Parts: sequence; C-alpha cells; structure tokens
Amino acid sequence: MNFDFSEEQRTIQEQARTMLAKECPATRVREQLNDDATGDIALWKKMVELGWPAIAIAEEHGGLGLSYLELCVIAEELGRSLAPVPFIASVYLGTELIKLAASADQQAEWLPDLATGETVATVALEHYPLNHRTQELSLIARGDRLNGTVNAVLHGTLANTLIALVQDERQQPALFHVDLNQAGVERKPQKSLDPSLPLAQLCLQDVYGTRLQGEPPLDQSLSTLLDRVAVLLGFEQVGGCEAAIDMAKAYTAGRYAFGRQVASFQAIKHKVADMFVAKELAKSNAYYGAWAMTAGEQELPLAAATARVSAIDAYYLCSKENIQAHGGMGFTWEFDCHLYYRRAQLLSTLIGGNPRWKQRLADSLLMA
Amino acid sequence: MDFKDSPEQAEFRRTVRQWLQQNARPKNDGAQRKSQGELYEEAKLWYQKVADAGFACLDWPKEYGGAGLSQLHKVIWSQEVSAFAEPDGYFVIGIGNCGPAIMHFASEEQKRDLLPRMASAEDVWCQMFSEPSAGSDVAGLRTSAVKRGDKWIINGQKIWTSGAQHSDYGVVLCRTDTEVSKYRGLTMFFIDMHQPGVEVRPIKQMDGDAHFNEVFFNDAEIPDHQRLGEVGGGWGAALLVLMNERLAISGVQPDGFPEFLQLVKTLRLDGEPISSDPLVKAFLAECYYRHAGVKAASNRMLTAVAKGGMPGAEAALGKLVGAAMNQDIANFALQLMDGAGAVMEPELARQQAHFQKTVLFSPGIRLAGGTDEVMRNIIAEQVLGMPQEPRADKGMAFKDIPSGNQHP
Repeated sequence: MNFDFSEEQRTIQEQARTMLAKECPATRVREQLNDDATGDIALWKKMVELGWPAIAIAEEHGGLGLSYLELCVIAEELGRSLAPVPFIASVYLGTELIKLAASADQQAEWLPDLATGETVATVALEHYPLNHRTQELSLIARGDRLNGTVNAVLHGTLANTLIALVQDERQQPALFHVDLNQAGVERKPQKSLDPSLPLAQLCLQDVYGTRLQGEPPLDQSLSTLLDRVAVLLGFEQVGGCEAAIDMAKAYTAGRYAFGRQVASFQAIKHKVADMFVAKELAKSNAYYGAWAMTAGEQELPLAAATARVSAIDAYYLCSKENIQAHGGMGFTWEFDCHLYYRRAQLLSTLIGGNPRWKQRLADSLLMA
Repeated sequence: MDFKDSPEQAEFRRTVRQWLQQNARPKNDGAQRKSQGELYEEAKLWYQKVADAGFACLDWPKEYGGAGLSQLHKVIWSQEVSAFAEPDGYFVIGIGNCGPAIMHFASEEQKRDLLPRMASAEDVWCQMFSEPSAGSDVAGLRTSAVKRGDKWIINGQKIWTSGAQHSDYGVVLCRTDTEVSKYRGLTMFFIDMHQPGVEVRPIKQMDGDAHFNEVFFNDAEIPDHQRLGEVGGGWGAALLVLMNERLAISGVQPDGFPEFLQLVKTLRLDGEPISSDPLVKAFLAECYYRHAGVKAASNRMLTAVAKGGMPGAEAALGKLVGAAMNQDIANFALQLMDGAGAVMEPELARQQAHFQKTVLFSPGIRLAGGTDEVMRNIIAEQVLGMPQEPRADKGMAFKDIPSGNQHP
C-alpha cells in the first residue's frame, strides 16, 4: 500500500505552488473583484505555457497524457491561491465532458485546442441532474439549431466554447457543442458571489451546434463527469482550507490581548484544531477520490460524493472561523478572509450543493 | 498512489487468511454479550493461539516474541482479522503502550524475559499514569517513589487504569523529586501487580460496568533494575509511550458507524424503511465521511510511517472524531426508535441493545486516553505549532504547586 502522491507529483505540486505564490498573490485576485471581471487572462496564459490544461489530455490529442493525480495536486494549489482563471470551467468541466461524451472523431477535433488553451470551454448543465432524469431544460435544439437562455454559466463571458445540455426534438436531453463566437450568442455578466469566478447569462438565438456523438449513455457520462469534478474541486477546497488555517494561525500569533498572544487562548486553539480536523478529513477523502478516479472506477461514485460532502463542510468551517479568529478585521474588505469565504460558497454550490450530494452519498452507500 | 499489495504482501495476506479461516470464529451477529471475565479468558486463549502460530506482535523483533515484520504486515493482519469474531484488540494498551516502553528502556535480559510473555498475553500489562489530582495535567501526579538502598518505596494512588484487575505487570510513573519543577521530578518503573502493597479496586462506571480501576500503593517495593529510563527522565519516557498509544489506537477506535449502517438498512418507521428518509440519509452521509476520512487519514499516516517517518500527533484526530461520533450516532439511533429507544432488554432492543449501551458508555471514551480538549490542545500545539497556554505553575517547585483538591 502506498497512499500518497509520488515524488514526481509532489515536485509538480511544489513548482505550481512556487509559481502561484509569485504570480497570483491576493492582490492579483482582488483585481477581479468587480462586476465586469472576466478572469485573469495573463495568468491563464502562463498556466497554458506550463501545460496545465493539457495534463489529463491524451498525447494523441496534443496533451501530456498524465493521470488525474497530477491534475489533483495542481487543483490543490489553484484552490490555495484562489487563482482567478477558467480552469474549473475549461479543464475540469469542458474538457472532461468532451472526453466522456464526444465521439473519437470529435475528441480528435476538439481536444487539441483545449490542450493549447486556444479553446476556453464552459458548460451549461443547468440543475445538474444528479438524481433527476427528466426535467424541463431551458435550451431547445431543433436539428442543429439551438435556442434559449441559461444562467450562472461559469466564465460565460470569457469562454469561446460551450457544452450544453439541451432538449432535442424528441424531448430527450442531449449534449451540444457550441461555438460562442457566432452571431446569435448574447452574453450578459451576472453578479457573482465570488467575482473572481465570474458568472454569465447566455442567450442563444438560432445558434449552430454539434451534437456530441459519444457512445456511453448520457446519464452515465454526466454522472462520471460530476464525480470527477467533485474530486478535483475537493482538492481546490482543501487548498483553500489550508490557506485559511494558515491565515488564522498567523494573525492570532501576531496579535496580543490581555497581555498574551491571542493564539495561546484555548478558545482559539480549539477552534483552529477543529478547522484542521475538518481539513484533514476532507484531504484524506479527496486522496481516496483521487485513487478511485485513477484505479477504482467502481468505487468512484461513493468516493467522489464522500470527498465532496467532506470538502464542502470543511471549507465552510475553515473560511467562516478564519473570519471569526480575525475579530473585526476579518469583516473588513481590506483583509483577505472574505476571499476564501466567497470561494467556499461558490465552490459548494457549483455542481450541486451539500443536501443533494449527501443524498447521493447515502444512495451509493446503501446500494453497495 | 496504490492500494495493491506487493507480491510478498499478497502472499502474507493469503497465509493469514488461510490460517484465520481454520482457527478464528466467524462473526455471529446474534451472539449474546459476554461478561468481563468470560471476555478476558477468551482473549487470553486467542492471543496464545496467535502467538503459537507466529502472528503475535508482527512488527516486533523475533527474539522478543514478534515476527520481525513491518507495520504494513500488522495492517494486513488487522484487516483480515476484522472479518472474524475474535478479541484481537483486547490487550492493546499493554502491548501497544507498555511494550515500547520495555523495548526502549529495559535491559536486554528483561526484554527477552518479559516481551514474549507479553506478546502471547501470558502476562497482561497495564499502564498507570493518571491520578485523582492528575488527569489532563498528568505531569502533576503525586504517587511517590523514595529510594531506599537499591529499592524504591512506592506510595500513592492511580486511577482510570484499564484492565488493572487482570494485569500481571504495570508501567507506573512516579514522583521522585518534589523540589524541582513538575516535569523534571518524574521517574518511570515497571511493577509486579501481584506483589504486596499493591491493591486494585474496580470503579463502577455510570453504565454499571467496570473497565477502569483505582490502584493503591502502600509501601510497595520496586527494585532499581525495574526503573525505565533515567531518574527524573520519566516525562520524556511517558511521552514516548503516549506517542505509541496514538499509533496503537488509531484505526482501532470504534466510531459506531458499521452498527449504524446496519440499523439504517434494517429499521422501518411507520411501515417505511428509514433508509428512504432524507434526514436519516443526510446524517448517514455526515457520519460516513468522518468514518471514511479517519480511515483514509490513518492510511496516509501508515504510508508515512512505512517510509520511515514517526507516528505524528495527527493521530489524535482519529480519537477526537471517532469518540464524539460514537456518542452522537447512539443518540440519533435512539431517537429513531421512538418509545422503544429506552428499552435496554438485549432480546428486545435492536442489535443486542448496542445503541443503548453505547449511549451510556461513550461519554467515557471522550475522556479516556486524553479528553477531547486535550486532543485539541495536542493538535493545536504539536501539529499546528500554536503557543502554549501560559502556566501558573511555571518555574515553581512541585511541592509549592496547588493541584486537584489540594491547596497549600
């Protein structure tokens, strides 16, 4: 048994951490804290140069052909640094969905541009049909023409490609690939709780799209996609937890009250210990999810739901108690506490919130 | 990242499984709970059988009654034996805590004499640290050891000693100097529990059972060659023992989850299976991620240990999470049973009244082996490096420190 990342994977992680510490300080994240932020393009290009979006794309499609484990260690660092880039939208969601649901020919056509960062993809899956097979979808396909409006599309103003869940003429759900740089596409930025990960409304009027022609049933592709994204987000959330814990420790160690370090009070130490425990559980569950993603497909649904629920609880706790540990300063715009709190909230809702994933976890467990 | 056994480990697993299938009793959920005495006798027989087959204390050297194998072999053993109804963790305190103390501090002759009998449970060991005035502040203990010739004379009282009523030997921490600060005046020994001057009295717990004991020393004599470590070096020795305890209990700590899953799969409420109730499912999910997280964290720690690292204070989290969850699950289960929740008849109550018994027993687990609060302090100070609480007894000679109900 070896339940740890390899030396090579640790090296990739350290390089990512060093790069992000230099290129993505909180000041850089703050530049995105306005309602027309679209994401940090220069930082994204830097990541493209380093090959990060290409990690889990096969070499035959211009990728690096590495495993999800390499992507997981990068995810942890992106979460730690709150990197304001379309990595979640394009790499975890867009690329993975194409890998799961597009035909071999379509993958050969689309994946190379995702590997080079030429394509920035996002997805519109609406309510993330974790348990619900049938529902009204806002986007309607008639032949290869799409119409309708979708909300809360991550990086919807920046992305040039959309993979959308639509209702086809047989009233069946289907996935379509849409070039967003065409006439009939209207984008409106939507106020995001975490503007460093911006949201948008997309209006499609008689827009051309290509149906994804992969063989696996749609439900299965979407289910596996959400499981993979749950694990990858789990690593981002763990990175965020660690940053919040570090902030709480540093601030309370440097501040004195009643003649002693605030960090020496048990009220504070026990709070930070609870943050650490929640984070360690989330981290260990994310590790198991990473293993399941690479070697244990059958265990992935349970492992992914476990990683997700654990990470949502942990990041909520760490980000809110970091504010509390800072006292009044934690409530100011000037201190960075709210950046983690915002990110924790956005990541927790992104692919379906905690109640839904708890049910999914319990269902996997009771079926096993 | 890989959970697969190496070829050598796979071979070992096959051997273990085969031996267990022939020698261990299968799990039988309908079995009645047994009395303390019966459990103890059964455990002794089991340990002897395991030792005869060469599977005792797998990671100890062969000359001390072990198998000369690794931590990972021990993990494989635990995984395989957990499928059977054998009391494999019964003597975990003696073997897990006292074993390393003897291994580290006793003479070669003592080790060859004592350890093989400890490994086979021919001798049972207990650990005596806590006292009425020294619980979380264990370094404040008062049991005195006074040197007379080549002997030490022991007087005082220990408390919360698990298994003392069954023990042949004990590791005991005593005060040998009251003129210096409290951490510097301690010395560790081992003692024959059957000798004159040692009296064990079981403590009746709030659940009616008696796992823990008081131990009284009245002029009990310990020869100096039973001293473990330097005079005045007892605190360092105790920390070494406690660090091993965390590794020994990590992964063994019951958290109540398997029993709860069984209940959720079988209980019906108003004619419907409770497994379809969203609130029950949500609670099940919250428990499962803690259960799975502790298990995965333990695997991460074992990986680090296998690579040559030391067991860290991180292991405190397994106890903190598991103990609290065991209590919360039992409470939740009783609520689900409505009026039947308070019925303790083993024939009537679900799963032989497991949840009712756990409601009454679990408060003790949050206190034993370091309280929840001590675990949080360990995590904050030793793992996260946060500063210690300022201490009112700092720099004082032990004899001047007020403690417990004794104030100068």
